[in-house]
Amino acid sequence: MDHVQEKPRTETGMPMPRPAGEGAVVPATGSALTEAEERPRMYRRRSSRVVAGVASGLADHLGVNVLWVRAVFAVLAAFGGAGPVAYGLLWVFVPQRRREETEAPATPKEKQQAVGLLILGVGLLVAGGAITGAINGWVAVPLALALIGAAVVWREADESQRRRWRDGARSGVAGMVLGGGGWSAAVRILAGVALVITGIGVVVLRSGSLDQVQFALLAVLATLVGVAVLTVPFWLRMVRDLGEERRARIRTEERAEIAAHLHDSVLQTLALIQKQSEAPKEVARLARSQERELRGWLYGPSGYGTPRNETARGRFSEAIAGACGEVEDTFAISVSQVVVGDAELDDRLTALVLAAREAMVNAAKHAGVDEVSVYAEVEPTAVTVFVRDRGKGFDPDSVSEDRHGLADSIRGRMERNGGTTRLRTAPGDGTEVQLEMPVKADSGGTR
Amino acid sequence: MTETAQEKAPISVFLVDDHALFRAGVRTELDSITDEVRVVGEAGSVAEAVAGIARTKPQVVLLDVHMPDGGGAEVLRRARTELPDVVFLALSVSDAAEDVIAVIRAGARGYVTKTISSKELVRAIARVSDGDAVFSPRLAGFVLDAFADRPGSAPISDPELDLLTPRERDVLRLLARGYAYKEIASELFISVKTVETHVSSVLRKTQLSNRYELSRWASDRRLV
Repeated sequence: MDHVQEKPRTETGMPMPRPAGEGAVVPATGSALTEAEERPRMYRRRSSRVVAGVASGLADHLGVNVLWVRAVFAVLAAFGGAGPVAYGLLWVFVPQRRREETEAPATPKEKQQAVGLLILGVGLLVAGGAITGAINGWVAVPLALALIGAAVVWREADESQRRRWRDGARSGVAGMVLGGGGWSAAVRILAGVALVITGIGVVVLRSGSLDQVQFALLAVLATLVGVAVLTVPFWLRMVRDLGEERRARIRTEERAEIAAHLHDSVLQTLALIQKQSEAPKEVARLARSQERELRGWLYGPSGYGTPRNETARGRFSEAIAGACGEVEDTFAISVSQVVVGDAELDDRLTALVLAAREAMVNAAKHAGVDEVSVYAEVEPTAVTVFVRDRGKGFDPDSVSEDRHGLADSIRGRMERNGGTTRLRTAPGDGTEVQLEMPVKADSGGTR
Repeated sequence: MTETAQEKAPISVFLVDDHALFRAGVRTELDSITDEVRVVGEAGSVAEAVAGIARTKPQVVLLDVHMPDGGGAEVLRRARTELPDVVFLALSVSDAAEDVIAVIRAGARGYVTKTISSKELVRAIARVSDGDAVFSPRLAGFVLDAFADRPGSAPISDPELDLLTPRERDVLRLLARGYAYKEIASELFISVKTVETHVSSVLRKTQLSNRYELSRWASDRRLV
């Protein structure tokens, strides 16, 4: 597997653990996790934003308290709207932080202050406009409407969306427009568009007659259609490129996932085995548990190599396999398990699995062998489990009254749930515990 | 059975596995623990294996299931038409039923997992070269699973169909429970030879493609 080395570093965006203490170089502004160079690149915040994360991002960038940045924006609003204009420009040009990167969440107090400053800024803007006479009611109101509408649409199609448009769409055209946000996103976008249209409409209506509006609309439409037709090849190419890029990215992610998994599991275990090479029992235990884990990942019912199915959770076969694995790990023996058929887990089958587990534990503890065989079969009328070892065996009559494992944990549990237990053993002949649980008529489905 | 094997000439064995390390390990193990078998060659790919088997004409081929360019089933398909006398024993790490059933169906005479002990492996080689089938408990489970009469599968009412007989199913069940052939024989009050006959006929049936299996295959893949 030579692609372990070429694990892409930028695309996957896996958070690399940082050595402790390095983050402390950055002034404590709540985002000590940005790059540890002298000044972090500027990103807009994602989680602790009030409008678009510009102020907090700027605060992170400059290394000052976010409260002061917001206050400056609010004060600037008084001077001919410089604050909102600067904010808007930064919003457009500064990229948003990627979703995978962690950032400090905002405290409720900080949020409250931010909203207060926002209201203050709006107030200052209106006051400043009124004083300088720049605000003429009939122009300002529709203009404000249009701007707010544009802001709503822009915010909805925020950075993650636009990046996706650039890098290649994961979802289709509908996904581009709605951004996976569902109905609420659609409603917000429509509301924003309506605001923009209302604002522009009011401005146009004020300045001219209805005929001119119709003419202008027709002209705009004709131009748009013409541009669309002219750029058809370009659109086709873009769609194709998007598909190609998406495939490439899926491949890369797949590789990265495999590499990461092998790194976390197999390589670590191999390293452990190297260190413990003089303890054969421990090596066997490690190798066994690793083998089981990797096997489950590759071939298991919900594993990597099999198509996902939604009913994979809570299956009898997985419960049995899990119990066998636990016993293997705890007692450093090997449990070879064979399961025929499968069923949905219910109370009775859970009891059966627990009883089988107890039987395995007994075999591991008392039989003095390295291997235990477990065979489970799901039939339409009953589920049967056999737990067998080739160990010492014992005389069932000589078991003293104070031993509870077999009596309570196995026989008692089975009988309480309507099942039966049979025991075949003799000294020197090994032991086989046979557990049978009838299946309820309604839940009799196999597989 | 070991007494008779001791007198015979060593069984020639050919190793097919894409991991050189594994081949080397098996070779050392087989050479060191017994004189019963002799490794006459090894191969790491399908083409190499087909050529090597044709050249050395071994009695038994130990066949890996997972290999690039086609795997064990492909080796079987290409080598068996020319050399029908060579016996194939699948030796695999794979737990996936379809992998195993595929090589069995292509004509392997048995299947054991790579965690098998060397002694067991030698015994398995001797047994397949005598013409018997060797099943690991896991394979017995797979076969039971594939032949099980389950409510979800298509209703079959053809008396000609080669379903498993109740006796064969009993034998498989005991195999899956981890019993040795000898133990199965004493459990069912039959001879070891009869157990081997049953297992061989199970193997023959798994290689057979009848209507029942076709319908099952189709319904498994949601074709019907």
